[in-house]
Amino acid sequence: MRRSLGYSTQMVAPAQPGRTDPAPMRSAELRVAEATDDTLQVALAGHLDSRALEQLWQAGMRAIERSGARRVRVDLGDVSYCDAAGARFLVALRDLAGSRGFELAAASEQTLRLMELVAPSPRSRTESRSRWDPISALGRLAVQQLSELWQLIAFTGEFCVMLARCCVKPRELRFRDVIRVAESAGVGAIPIVLLIGFLLGLILSFQSAIPMRRFGAQAFIADLLGISLLRELGPLMASILLAARSGSAFAAELGTMRVNEEIDALTTMGLEPVRFLVLPRVLAALLVVPTLALLLNVAGLTGGAVVYLSLDLPVSTFLSRVSDAATVGDMLGGLFKGCVFGTLVGGIGCLRGLQAGGGAGAVGEAATRSVVSAIILITITDGIFAVLFYNLGI
Amino acid sequence: MQPPPPPLIRVRDLAAAFDGRTIFEHVSFDVARGEVCVILGASGCGKSTLLKHMFGLLEPTAGEVLIQGQSLTHATPSQRSELMRHFGVMYQSGALFGSMTLLENVRLPLEELSTLPDDAIHAIARSKLKLVALEGYEGYMPAEISGGMKKRAAIARAMALDPEILFLDEPSAGLDPITSAELDDTILELARATGVTFVIVSHELASIYKIADHVVMLDRRTRTLCAEGSPADLRDHSTDPWIQSFFRREALHQTTEVPQ
Ligand SMILES: Nc1ncnc2c1ncn2[C@@H]1O[C@H](COP(=O)(O)OP(=O)(O)O)[C@@H](O)[C@H]1O
Ligand SMILES: [Mg+2]
Repeated sequence: MRRSLGYSTQMVAPAQPGRTDPAPMRSAELRVAEATDDTLQVALAGHLDSRALEQLWQAGMRAIERSGARRVRVDLGDVSYCDAAGARFLVALRDLAGSRGFELAAASEQTLRLMELVAPSPRSRTESRSRWDPISALGRLAVQQLSELWQLIAFTGEFCVMLARCCVKPRELRFRDVIRVAESAGVGAIPIVLLIGFLLGLILSFQSAIPMRRFGAQAFIADLLGISLLRELGPLMASILLAARSGSAFAAELGTMRVNEEIDALTTMGLEPVRFLVLPRVLAALLVVPTLALLLNVAGLTGGAVVYLSLDLPVSTFLSRVSDAATVGDMLGGLFKGCVFGTLVGGIGCLRGLQAGGGAGAVGEAATRSVVSAIILITITDGIFAVLFYNLGI
Repeated sequence: MQPPPPPLIRVRDLAAAFDGRTIFEHVSFDVARGEVCVILGASGCGKSTLLKHMFGLLEPTAGEVLIQGQSLTHATPSQRSELMRHFGVMYQSGALFGSMTLLENVRLPLEELSTLPDDAIHAIARSKLKLVALEGYEGYMPAEISGGMKKRAAIARAMALDPEILFLDEPSAGLDPITSAELDDTILELARATGVTFVIVSHELASIYKIADHVVMLDRRTRTLCAEGSPADLRDHSTDPWIQSFFRREALHQTTEVPQ
């Protein structure tokens, strides 16, 4: 005699459109009953696929967990279809029954074979997840930082060697690539550089004009603007713009090439990636930044001149004040800094690209890291230049 | 005796073109339920393109594809996505998501398209990886495994929801013979035990003889089907030199004389 637990789960999978064959029963059912001989009876019926399991999985698990019966008997007599997910469900029921007796009634040959295929193999049952451990995490971080430093040194060395080689044998340099990169990184950046430069000059002179007018010193905004633009802001802004526009693009391009094994293909063809890819980009960046800085200076001074005009001061005064305050040395010093910044931006963009790991995410990460590293490098180098120039009296 | 069941997939007079360049035209064949259908052809003749038309990714320039009598080509977007739920697709390049582990790749369709409880998703996703002999690699990123393993992981992802039709684009390319034979066994076993229908692009002769119930062969010169039937049938009875060379793995110039 059976005592029903008064517990039955039924689900009807939604009818599937376009099914014209004699439709198989598309619903599944799980009935639980406890027999007197201390056996839990689980009767499954219908179409056992992953849709059906959405309802049945937990019901089945719960039934076995809650029951104190010593044996579990799963009856598949009314199952019309069982796919791989269904077979995995049967395996899960069997595993949960554990040391209790488990019996599968009326299972077809095919279902048994499927269960064998989908059951986890004994050794992999316990998942070994390595737990987080602060000491090894610290060690890993240190090793990672050191290896990054090492990569940076190796990259710089290789770059210098290749540069020297190309100085001796200029034909080894791909001039066409230099021109192509300089065009996209330089000519393409002119509008934004002019815009930023003009706004910078306008805002800087306008903001300083307000307090300076109290002392009747508004004419001196020309000195202020001239020196700060030519010595600092011109190369700084131009190189930061280059890092954002082109350094990230270098990293993304080289990162994608790394992911697609194109870098490896170059190496095996005997073409050094540093000479073939990095050198043209870095040289282009080196040429582009001083040029952009010059344009930015002109646009900034134009902005200053507009403020001068709005204060009813003659533009000729503005020009003579700027040329008195800032020397040609200031301008050349600024352009030299621009060359160095450009080299750093191009180099770090390429390095981050070459360091990219695998996958689309790595390319995005390389682009981000290239911009962050470039800005940090520019800031540090600018500080070093400030100290140097001060001590040298430039 | 029962009438034969209607075909699961019907391809009717299908034509495909990219930018006005015809890849193939007048392609018609049927795939029966539970069958393993293999698409053959020279490289670049449009096998992947045909496959993409069969699962509704590309719009044909003429003809149509019917799934269980319902047109995939003329379906509304919602009908089409409902039909596409019954498909599992493995792309030629694998197309695993690079920022997820293998297990997460297989879990993704289960998490997004079903309401299974989490432990069920976990168990089913792991069982799919086991089916393609990738047990133990659950935590690996796609970039950390070999090309053949990526293919198998992509097959596992395609099988995640136990689709009725699995489209596999060159599943055994890049696999060693043993793994390839094991994959064949898995395909056969799934086809027999669960009635899954397979449409496979393949070049592996050994595998074709073993698994294919039905082959269709695309011809690059005539830009249409050049042969259809069981592999043994094509090998033994075809008179086309190209088909004969294909099944004998010979270069074509050696068999320009058509043996009668
Ligand atoms: N997205 C696409 N745009 C244009 N042409 C394509 C595209 N995909 C494939 N083709 C062209 O279609 C033809 C068949 O390609 P494909 O189906 O990939 O061949 P295969 O038989 O090797 O799988 C090739 O000539 C290819 O150039
Ligand atoms: Mg292809």
